[in-house]
Amino acid sequence: MTSTLTISNLTKTFDSFTALDAVSLSVAPGARVALLGHNGAGKSTMMKIILGLIPYDSGEVTVCGAQPGSAQARAQVAYLPENAAFHPALTGLEQIGHYLSLRGENPRLAMELLERVGLHGAARRRIGTYSKGMRQRVGLAQALIGKPRLLVLDEPTSGLDPVSRRDFYALLDGLAAEGASILLSSHALTEVEARTDRILILSGGRMVASGSLADLRQGAALPVALHVTARNGYASDIAAALPGAIRVDGELRLTCAQEDKLPLLARITGFGDKVADIEVLPPSLEDIYSHFSRRDGQ
Amino acid sequence: MMTRILATAGTEFRIALRNRWVAIAVVLMALFSLVLSAAGSAPTGDLGVDRLSVTVASLTSLAVYLVPLVALLMSFDAIAGEVERGTLPLLLTYPVGRVEILLGKLLAHLAVLTLAVAVGYGLAALAAFWADGDALSGLPALLRLTWTSILLGATFLGAGYALSSLARRPSGAAGLAMGLWLGAVVLYDLGLLAAVVADNGGWFTTSVFPFALLANPADAFRLFNLAASEATAAAAGVAGAANSIPLWQSAASVLLWPLLALALATAAFRKVSP
Ligand SMILES: Nc1ncnc2c1ncn2[C@@H]1O[C@H](COP(=O)(O)OP(=O)(O)O)[C@@H](O)[C@H]1O
Ligand SMILES: [Mg+2]
Repeated sequence: MTSTLTISNLTKTFDSFTALDAVSLSVAPGARVALLGHNGAGKSTMMKIILGLIPYDSGEVTVCGAQPGSAQARAQVAYLPENAAFHPALTGLEQIGHYLSLRGENPRLAMELLERVGLHGAARRRIGTYSKGMRQRVGLAQALIGKPRLLVLDEPTSGLDPVSRRDFYALLDGLAAEGASILLSSHALTEVEARTDRILILSGGRMVASGSLADLRQGAALPVALHVTARNGYASDIAAALPGAIRVDGELRLTCAQEDKLPLLARITGFGDKVADIEVLPPSLEDIYSHFSRRDGQ
Repeated sequence: MMTRILATAGTEFRIALRNRWVAIAVVLMALFSLVLSAAGSAPTGDLGVDRLSVTVASLTSLAVYLVPLVALLMSFDAIAGEVERGTLPLLLTYPVGRVEILLGKLLAHLAVLTLAVAVGYGLAALAAFWADGDALSGLPALLRLTWTSILLGATFLGAGYALSSLARRPSGAAGLAMGLWLGAVVLYDLGLLAAVVADNGGWFTTSVFPFALLANPADAFRLFNLAASEATAAAAGVAGAANSIPLWQSAASVLLWPLLALALATAAFRKVSP
């Protein structure tokens, strides 16, 4: 199947500053792709290029088989900008009705869209009175108009509370199931909640990692932490048998490489009754993310 | 294309209504028109023209200043405001052309201006009818004044969009708009007057001056309205100049300027990158 979005060797400079450096990626129909990176990594810049809002220096970008920003591409791509803003004098209903008309859809569908993002209660109030999270939902509602083939969402979950964030990902699952491709950005791995099929990490304008969460875990090869609790009186015995273990609050803490985990566990269980409990802590999402994101000396 | 323009126009008109631009424009035009009617209420029998024609002559002098002012006030924020609010990037990802966005805004603002002009001139006309039963013969002049006022408004709306695109910040756009108003409506005429006086009937007055008048949409508007109604020509200051320029030329200027202004606005808007 052909990709909804293909980028190869994309480079973008602002004056002498390189915001994107030979970035390549492709997004298949129905794929949910998360674009991660620290502030200033180049996420928004890449999204604006995909939408045809700003020009690029070199490389190739194909959006739904067309040039970015062409009429054909714009008809099939929806966008949620970072800090979505709307005219404060319009109500949510009027604003969404307007966007529906611009896409050639019936403006009467506005209420239905606002219901999908849980904003029907405030639909007839002016956007000037909305909170940041509510404006974010208006932005999301307009991105759902007219079954887009590609949704480009710039930090869509910022300003949403945890429950809204879960609803948001449920909405994305539905869209992806219908074949829409989704590219969303975030500045933290924990934000995307592993509800995406693929994760791309940008750092200083370069793509430093790409793959599923499992791929990233493997690629990072971060050590696993083990916390061993000894039965009363046996702590010293165990500590002596496990070189490198540190005693913290009556617990023994040690780390090992991913591939050494099982042998080490076998050894510890070999201590039999002397061990009260073992806790195995895989590297956290934050650890994995920091590993890639900081590698370039950010 | 038409639905997108009309949708934009509808939304912009709603915004103008909520921002009180509709009320401000209508009240401004109504107030000044009534003041003019009251001020010009001296007996006119000895001039040999009906009351409405006299009113139209005064309204023309008023419209030359007021219509560009109202148009610029409504338009300076059109693009710069979207840039400042941060609404432009999203709008430009929609399948809508920049010309369509401008045409939609123009349509809405022109509707506001038309409403204001209709109310203002209508009130002045009612006052004239009330004072003089023969005033009906001045009706063609009033209608001419009305449609040329709308075209003059369109010209300055377009110019306002162009400045709004160039400035990119509302404060900068407001400054440019006021500069344009002062330059095109006030200083331009003063400059021409000074040049004509200094030239004392020489080459400038005969060859350059008529073109200089036609080149300025506000002057062309005044010329056309005064020349078209000969009855009022006598009452006007630039009567001499008005008589030497054929009517079709000032009409052409009045008709072409809105198109030119819209072309300028489109070119400037196309250069705005979000
Ligand atoms: N219009 C611009 N002019 C100059 N530099 C810019 C411009 N837009 C973005 N940048 C720079 O490009 C880098 C990437 O920015 P951005 O894409 O917004 O980052 P992110 O969205 O990942 O936080 C930043 O260092 C930013 O300062
Ligand atoms: Mg960003």
